[in-house]
Amino acid sequence: MDLLAALQSSFGELITAGTAAFVLCAIGLAIHFGFTGLLNFGQAAFAAVGAYGYAIASLDWQAPLVIAVLFGLFCAVVFAVLLGIPTLRLRADYLAIVTIAAAQVVKFVATSSAITYPDGTVITGGAEGLSEFGGTFYSLNPIPAGDYRIFGNSLTQDQIWVDIVGWVLVVICALFTYFLTRSPWGRALKGIREDEDAVRSLGKNVYVYKMQALILGGCMAALGGMVFVMNSQTVQPTVWGTNFTFTIWTVLLLGGATTVLGPIVGGIVFFALFAFIQKVLEGMVALHWLGTLSIPQVGQIRLILVGLALMLLVIFRPQGLFGNKKETLFNG
Amino acid sequence: MTRLRPLMGLLMLIGTLTASLLGGLSASPAQAAACKPADPTLPYIVEGTLLNNGETPLKGVQVNLTGNGVDTCVLSDENGYFMLTVANPAKYTVSIEKSTLPSGVGVDPADQASQVVDLTATSDQGVIFPLGVVADTSVSFGAQLADRLFNGLNMGLLLALASIGISLIFGTTGFSNFAHGDMVSLGAMLTWMLTQVVGLPILAAGAIAIVAVGASAWLQDAAIWRPLRKRRLGLNQMMIVSIGFSIVFRYLILIFFGGDTKDLGSSTDPVSWMGPITTTNTSLIGMGISAVALAGVALFLTRTRVGKATRAVSDNAALAASTGIDVERIIRIVWVLAGLLTGLAGVLWGLRYQANWSTGFDILLLLFASTTLGGLGTSLGTAVGAIIIGLVVETSALVIPTDLTYASALFILILVLLVRPQGILGKKQRLG
Repeated sequence: MDLLAALQSSFGELITAGTAAFVLCAIGLAIHFGFTGLLNFGQAAFAAVGAYGYAIASLDWQAPLVIAVLFGLFCAVVFAVLLGIPTLRLRADYLAIVTIAAAQVVKFVATSSAITYPDGTVITGGAEGLSEFGGTFYSLNPIPAGDYRIFGNSLTQDQIWVDIVGWVLVVICALFTYFLTRSPWGRALKGIREDEDAVRSLGKNVYVYKMQALILGGCMAALGGMVFVMNSQTVQPTVWGTNFTFTIWTVLLLGGATTVLGPIVGGIVFFALFAFIQKVLEGMVALHWLGTLSIPQVGQIRLILVGLALMLLVIFRPQGLFGNKKETLFNG
Repeated sequence: MTRLRPLMGLLMLIGTLTASLLGGLSASPAQAAACKPADPTLPYIVEGTLLNNGETPLKGVQVNLTGNGVDTCVLSDENGYFMLTVANPAKYTVSIEKSTLPSGVGVDPADQASQVVDLTATSDQGVIFPLGVVADTSVSFGAQLADRLFNGLNMGLLLALASIGISLIFGTTGFSNFAHGDMVSLGAMLTWMLTQVVGLPILAAGAIAIVAVGASAWLQDAAIWRPLRKRRLGLNQMMIVSIGFSIVFRYLILIFFGGDTKDLGSSTDPVSWMGPITTTNTSLIGMGISAVALAGVALFLTRTRVGKATRAVSDNAALAASTGIDVERIIRIVWVLAGLLTGLAGVLWGLRYQANWSTGFDILLLLFASTTLGGLGTSLGTAVGAIIIGLVVETSALVIPTDLTYASALFILILVLLVRPQGILGKKQRLG
């Protein structure tokens, strides 16, 4: 077994735009769950809506980069409002049920070839999805063409460009969230998380605060979705399943749901471990240490580990790596 | 003013749905314009022969070709043969114009009516349209509706079996279990293994599967949920734990049983005496068993001491405990009962629709929609809600594309939350 290769692969995973995308989604989820107490189990759908919005605007209208990004964010806002109107007045578990259901429906709709333009082309591209929409993004790439090697991982100039943009977005969103949660608005959110009725009795409109938080966190997930699809320039419906959402949850809870730094560190630790475990398990399969398990099953075992991590974190360390345990005992 | 907000949301939702429906409708090409024979000088050819049931040639059926800026059509000749030609290599969509087919004949499976052909690698591509006598084109709307309603009732009964468990557990502990659907998958997979691999008769296999799922439910409660209740873990936190557990559960099923969809070996011969309704003896027996089981649950909850104690715990656990009811024992019984019912649902679902490792998770949305519609925590309301959801999902296929029928359940869910969040039979106080 080549442990060095496993370490290299974890490092490669750590700096990719894919990790940055999940961190962005997790920061959004921190605003939903960590700061406001909203149980959103449909974060993948926000990311999907953002990514599809961007791809459709770029492909079908040849929109410039800024307009395409804004359209993706706009789609996420609309989605958040549609989800929020019926659920945000009710008990927390209604939002949980509706978001998990809505995420599945977004996947159904994206897969379906029923929603088409008048000329018959499927808007979302159906099961095949959409591809080759990154032209306007890559034309801005200032990095000279070539093959770069970073700690044994070979990267093209385009990959490096996506990685940089992804992590810059992470820093911007994290700083934004940091200052926001220390503002009067952020304190109201935390108040809602701890005791909705108390905040209401101060004359605050809890419903509007929750809606704003849902929209804001949803927009960050939409950005994450765009970063996620940019490397491969393809957006396909199967990606945005519940595993995507629950990976975001694990990243968030690993780092600490009520902190700004939590999602970032959670994401880095999670994906480094994820890649490392993959390599180690594959090595063990190759050496026949795991009985009859095959390489594809290694991916499934990794997901079982994700599920276990989620359970154990919530039960034994709800504050995650960082975070104040007192802040995580709330119950909406 | 505050009353208006939900209404506006509803209007927006309806607007989006109508827009998407209209988008879908306008897509059907309405050109009955004259089709010219193909230009034989063009180099790229799509051809095929239209045979009804693989035998009788169909003459004068219109076949359309679109894509890459081309939009052309052709009529089949007396041998059922058609040929379309294009100038450039690309991917094209070839579709059959259903209105030009003789009445009673349709494409089966229906999604094969439109196919993508790839002319980038070859210059001559054959297309086969599976044609046959299809009920949809010859059957009146009323008969189709009757068929859909009956099958919707069938689905609703199965959903009721599975969702009553969610509702009972929610009622007694306040906890929404997101790992509930996976017990449906477990029941179906165990039945598949016992009938198809071990070779047991279906009744024995089903009984063993149901008991095994009931035992797994007891184990889940004893190993995970009871300790967590003792630790006084918050309900939202327990919900997240149940999601983690659902991932573990689902992927264990996948590793153990494999990822393919399993046929449980039930007969697919339709019964002849039901008129326009297509169903099988297996389905009919399954519906009978579901109805008996649901009636049994209703009797249990209203007539027996334990059932009454269950309802007392649902109403107010502390008060029930003070009257001498052993709350933990009731919760244990509820878990096992939920497991048995869900296992039964899994067996019957597998026999009716086939099943794979994620079937239970796929229908979790329908199960939650049923419990919410009926009123979270009210078991009989849940049964009513499940039947409504089943009917709506099946009948909606008459209006919207079949791959979006599950989405109609979400639509109902949102509608219910807007108008009557406590559900049909729920009490308003449960809103919280």
